[in-house]
Amino acid sequence: MKIHEYQAKEIFSEFSIPVPRGSVARDAEEAKKIAEEIGGGRWMIKAQILAGGRGKGGGVRVAETLEGVAQTAEELLGMTLVTPQTGPQGKRVTKVLVEEGVAVKEEFYLGIALDRAKQCPVLIASSEGGMGIEDLAANHPERIVREWIDVGLGLPGFQARNLLFGMGIDAGFMRAGVGILTKLYRLFESSDCTLVEINPLVVTEDKGLLALDAKIEFDDNALFRHKHFLEMEDTEEQDPLDVEASRHRLNYIRMDGNLGIMVNGAGLAMATMDLIKQAGASPANFLDVGGGATTEMVTKGLEIILQDKNVRGILINIFGGILRCDVLAKGVVEAASKVKIEVPVVVRLDGANVEEGRHILAEYDLDFIVADSIADAAEKVRAIAS
Amino acid sequence: MSILIDKDTRLLVQGMTGREGSFHTAQCVAYGTRVVAGVTPGKGGQKLEGIPVFNTVQSAVDSTGANVSLIFVPAPFAADAVMESAAAGIPLVICITEGIPVRDMLKVVRFLKTRNCCLIGPNCPGVISPGRCKAGIMPGQIHKGGSIGVISRSGTLTYEVVHQLTHNDLGQSTCIGIGGDPIIGSSFVDLLKLFEEDPETHGVVLIGEIGGGEEEMAAEYVKDHFAKPVLGFVAGLTAPPGKRMGHAGAIISGGGGTAGEKIAAMRQGGIHMVEHLGELGRTARALFGR
Repeated sequence: MKIHEYQAKEIFSEFSIPVPRGSVARDAEEAKKIAEEIGGGRWMIKAQILAGGRGKGGGVRVAETLEGVAQTAEELLGMTLVTPQTGPQGKRVTKVLVEEGVAVKEEFYLGIALDRAKQCPVLIASSEGGMGIEDLAANHPERIVREWIDVGLGLPGFQARNLLFGMGIDAGFMRAGVGILTKLYRLFESSDCTLVEINPLVVTEDKGLLALDAKIEFDDNALFRHKHFLEMEDTEEQDPLDVEASRHRLNYIRMDGNLGIMVNGAGLAMATMDLIKQAGASPANFLDVGGGATTEMVTKGLEIILQDKNVRGILINIFGGILRCDVLAKGVVEAASKVKIEVPVVVRLDGANVEEGRHILAEYDLDFIVADSIADAAEKVRAIAS
Repeated sequence: MSILIDKDTRLLVQGMTGREGSFHTAQCVAYGTRVVAGVTPGKGGQKLEGIPVFNTVQSAVDSTGANVSLIFVPAPFAADAVMESAAAGIPLVICITEGIPVRDMLKVVRFLKTRNCCLIGPNCPGVISPGRCKAGIMPGQIHKGGSIGVISRSGTLTYEVVHQLTHNDLGQSTCIGIGGDPIIGSSFVDLLKLFEEDPETHGVVLIGEIGGGEEEMAAEYVKDHFAKPVLGFVAGLTAPPGKRMGHAGAIISGGGGTAGEKIAAMRQGGIHMVEHLGELGRTARALFGR
């Protein structure tokens, strides 16, 4: 789960990691009021969307009068921000973060991520703050320093110093830097994060080190331990069908094609999407109903697929194991009697109780196109697509 | 011969008295697996289908000589269950549970380095040596004994592959699902090493998916160390970046992990790649012959 910058900065503050003074606003008036409370003569107005590259997309701006703050907020709020990470459709801005402007002397990158191959957290630092770390890793790998963490030990001081000296921070900021890194690791560990990032960490003219930006991603599997983080989830930016599906414990991701799919199991669902593409059609969604799907979940899944108005056909591909084919077939028939299915449906069933499943479908008076293998299903999808 | 499990396996099931645990224990027993014990803290002394239930793994091992553990314990407690089996000296632990926090798994893999214990999973369908032993949730009837090893990051996709192999008269020595999470116990490479040493296994099918670097490492290993023919398939060519495709580990992130990169790396390593899933069985037949 991703959260917004302003939420990440609230969490940083709880862990005593220094951030600029500021607050989130939902309209221009509120933005102006926040700037007034902060005082001074220079403010940052930052669009709050759940994607990076906001600076490049024009979502981070400066104002030097209170009226300027209001006007900039007005411009940003409601606009659709397109950044290198949002995709061409962009994301709508509904909140801005208003912060004090700070005089930046130097910028660095600090982050903690998961190293899957080494099976431990990795601390990453660089002298090139502000840039995307992936670009940096691709173009200037020599400017990145890394330290791998033994989760049994936590972050020892020497590793923090290795990173800070490695990224070239002035020795005078060493103590403050070690403090920030130690707190950042504590936050990563205790809050079950999969990523925390300060990009950039800045040396200022007068305020020492500050986290000018903040990014946090939580491990979805660990959210049961942190119920209060769940309240931070912003579903405004998500596709409404994605939100509805997750309420029903369905693994659904909307895509931009026109052939809906329903599959049991994530790997087979991905492979089925690929198959559709290879057959010359384009998948409208990813939908994994899972191993333990019930008749209700299958029904709901079909309803959600059909709510997508782009859908011109559906492929149901089930390999019965835990989810038996007869249960699936009952769900399909129940859904078909509830919602009007006006598009062709290709059904491919195999595995546990396949005969019962096929029998249930055959008895129903809707023309399901039955495929008897995955290769056959691909052929039948091709026929629909053309 | 097979790897990991065979007719002599004495299986213990952690979480046997739960809904999933009891259902799949019965399925394993019906397949012919010797299930010797169950463990559910607080239910020691009970019996389920004639199988004794113990409070701790240690007491179960002491009484029954169990040598493989299969785990159905709910996610918040599953990491602890893995460590309990490892601490009791069980050399092979298969964890089916989905949804274990990454932080818990980081501690588990660190702990296992200090023990002589191999972990398969979590978030996996388990292991089967067809005709000999089933320790997992896969449908037994689609398998057939033979000489092809199967290693996969997926569940039902593996069933699809095995189904096609069986239909093409290619039996399997052992089929293993290594799991769909970012942190797992055994890698493709760990299991390729075992298949290399198994005289009964004549070839291997590797089923990968987007995310992480498992497939690339396997490709490197096959290139330099693996003499038997390997057939590969990778799911997720059409997966969009930044979206978690069901499995926590199946996500294309900034650092790479796309299906295209994996397929290229595997080909480079000398693995025969199948691009159309529907043709896997036929291609396998051509590669592995009879």
